[in-house]
Amino acid sequence: MQIARVIGTVVSTQKHRRLGGAKLLLVQPLNLDETPRGTALLAVDGVGAGVHEKVLIVLEGRAAGEALDRKGAPVDAAVIGIVDQVDVTDAG
Amino acid sequence: MQLARVIGNVVVTRKDEQLVGLKLLVLQPLTPERQPAGRPIVAADAAGAGVGEEVFFVRGKEASFPFHPAEAPVDAGIVGIVDYWTIER
Repeated sequence: MQIARVIGTVVSTQKHRRLGGAKLLLVQPLNLDETPRGTALLAVDGVGAGVHEKVLIVLEGRAAGEALDRKGAPVDAAVIGIVDQVDVTDAG
Repeated sequence: MQLARVIGNVVVTRKDEQLVGLKLLVLQPLTPERQPAGRPIVAADAAGAGVGEEVFFVRGKEASFPFHPAEAPVDAGIVGIVDYWTIER
């Protein structure tokens, strides 16, 4: 899983039928210091997240399908939580 | 999933049987700012997309799900055509 920020929404009328009704969010993965990490990607929303919120995402198909509550959905990323707080103790 | 623009198509005559009937398109992955994000890839089309359109695609095993019960040997698949997106950084 990764921490990311929701930076936008995507509207798609013509999509695979198993994605019907799914909310699509643009999420920017973050480093622990909250700097952007890599390219923003699309994730289906499983928790009702909104733009600007810090979220927990899965980047794996089966988990993402379960988050959408739809087996066999062609998805590879999902928002599965809204992050309240991250505490990191740097043991290194 | 990732945003991309369809920039071409691929014709393959001799291929895996499970690929018969699939439309293969060349995608340029995009950032939300419409800049190229990495190198173009070939993806199977499950959304009825065409050249010039902005789409989103899925990577990995899930790319074959739309073609079930055929087990298409693909690792990227277009699953939607994008009407528009909004970003607020």
